[in-house]
Amino acid sequence: MSKATNPVESYLRMDRMPSIWCPGCGIGIVVNCFARALQQMGVDHDELAVVSGIGCTGRIAGYVDIDSFHTTHGRPIPFATGLKVARPDLKVIVMSGEGDLVSIGGNHLIHAARRNSDVKVICVNNFTYAMTGGQAGPTAPRHSIATTAPYGSFDKPFNLPFLADSTGAVYVARWTTYHVRQLTRSMAEAMSKPGFCFIEVISPCPTIFSRRNRLGDGLDAMRYYKNSSKVVNGANTRMVGLDLNGPIIVGKFIDRDRPTLLEAMDEEIGSKLGKRYVPYATTGVQR
Amino acid sequence: MEKRIGLEASIAVAEVVGLCDADVISAYPITPQTHIVEHLSEMVADGELQAAFVPVESEHSAMSVCCGTVAAGARTFTATSSQGLALMHEILFIVSALRLPVVMAVANRSLSGPISIWNDHSDVMAERDIGWVQIFAENAQEALDLTIWGFRLAEDQRVSLPVAVNFDGFILTHTIEPVLMPDRESVQAFLPAFEPLMRLDVDQPITMGPVGIPDIYTEAKKAHQEVLTQSYGPIVETLDAFAKSFGRQYLPVETYCADDAEVLLLTMGALGETAMTAVDQRREKGDKIGLVRLRLWRPFPFDDLIRAVGKVPVLGVMDRAISPGGPSPVASEVKATFYQQEQRPKVVEFTVGLGGRDTPLSDFDGMFDTLLAVHRGGEIPKPTIIGLRE
Repeated sequence: MSKATNPVESYLRMDRMPSIWCPGCGIGIVVNCFARALQQMGVDHDELAVVSGIGCTGRIAGYVDIDSFHTTHGRPIPFATGLKVARPDLKVIVMSGEGDLVSIGGNHLIHAARRNSDVKVICVNNFTYAMTGGQAGPTAPRHSIATTAPYGSFDKPFNLPFLADSTGAVYVARWTTYHVRQLTRSMAEAMSKPGFCFIEVISPCPTIFSRRNRLGDGLDAMRYYKNSSKVVNGANTRMVGLDLNGPIIVGKFIDRDRPTLLEAMDEEIGSKLGKRYVPYATTGVQR
Repeated sequence: MEKRIGLEASIAVAEVVGLCDADVISAYPITPQTHIVEHLSEMVADGELQAAFVPVESEHSAMSVCCGTVAAGARTFTATSSQGLALMHEILFIVSALRLPVVMAVANRSLSGPISIWNDHSDVMAERDIGWVQIFAENAQEALDLTIWGFRLAEDQRVSLPVAVNFDGFILTHTIEPVLMPDRESVQAFLPAFEPLMRLDVDQPITMGPVGIPDIYTEAKKAHQEVLTQSYGPIVETLDAFAKSFGRQYLPVETYCADDAEVLLLTMGALGETAMTAVDQRREKGDKIGLVRLRLWRPFPFDDLIRAVGKVPVLGVMDRAISPGGPSPVASEVKATFYQQEQRPKVVEFTVGLGGRDTPLSDFDGMFDTLLAVHRGGEIPKPTIIGLRE
């Protein structure tokens, strides 16, 4: 009798399991949704590259059986931009945490969105620097407890969908790790859409964030996501900011079209040089 | 009254930053430094330390904040490690060139790649030329003592330079050791109020950090070189003052069993303690082995090193970082120290403990055997990586 295998296993390095992620952590769910999205799309392993940064989510690069790069802290987006520019034929996906992408790498995020760099960013938001032990990060909700905010965080957190929307992303969605089908669909949509796509995934951190804030375990997080989430597709991203333990607006907020970085470059230079210019976007380094 | 307590080295350092009444702490989380600033943020939140804790978005910002706060005359502390120190790189030169006396704890950790959170000295060795006073601690007591001393030296107007206190990540930062914790009164007596050499002051406006055109850049660099070199005098003086106040004497270069030694091994940082145990064991067997413990890394204490080595004919140098394509950093400085000397030892280069690789007593035995073989007339071996899996 042959051993039963999970259909997502072909996208994972099973020899590296079990993962380092804690019981109840949401990152595994995100990886699972990603693998299912790839499966549904029928994407070949060779058409993809995954880039991640530092932190718990950053470890994804080591667990997917896909060409991947684990960059230094904050740098996955510019690395991914470089990869995409050199290999326009690849789908380039950044999977990293909010502590990586929005704080130390925040400048890269807003400029990649502004330029419409053709990379897909899946940002796992667990509201804390979990791997270093739970300091207050850029999305730490007001009044949430962190090691660097023992009586509550007092600075204003980023509203990530609003940030991505206002800086120019062409696709912006937010789901929680409870919304596995919607998240999977969103990932597939983003991977099929040219331009800078940003998906925020609200994800529990039972060991660090939830425990310190007395929010229960992984299952409690699922209950909270189930009961407090409201799907509002097309919501005004200005209105989707989060509070500690408050309602969570989820959905696909933005889906619009504008030229990608390389398309804009080809269009602008092509309009000036005419036939002398060989368009880059369609040919890449294989010219 | 000084109290003897068990404390993690990171917590001990944070506590004395509190005793020194730092005005501002700005930092970004990075392993294995994090406990220091976490504890400081708690002290600030609990009202034990009247200071601003600024949790920024990267180390580049942390050091930039420090630049601003010291320029305004605030006593400022930060801590980092590894990639964090590397990310501060460009600001580190500016802090020292502008004579801004920040004190920073560096919990030494290796640099990527591959990604490694473990201990060695590759982070600090990559920052050799930043123009800071750079000193190494061997244990928790030294880490906290040198932090107190660091503020005194940094803010000494003859110096007015930033000070980096290096102590080994995990091996020290995460280890609980018995320490003598000074009381607030004696720290305050040792450390006068911060009177900056220069500060941004609306009543007497100055510009810090403007362009240095070719007409003055060279002179600015010479001035920086001079002040760091000449900080040696105040360094020794303030270490002596520290000894008078707290009873613990530190020197730029220290030795162990060196008086009658036939061979010497030079160490930096926490491995010096293991090395002393290793020397004790070999001394019992009659091997005349001694240690040179290099404490001050910048300004480099050339004369102290020459005196410490004396007429000993063989000197092993342990480096905890590599310089691909060139000699390892500490060995390079040591060789430069002796090149023009009539009396100079044969230098044997060892690289040890990279990226958290353990250096057990048996490794020291191997190094000692090599040094003794050279002493007996054997050839000087090529630079060797100790504990390498092959």
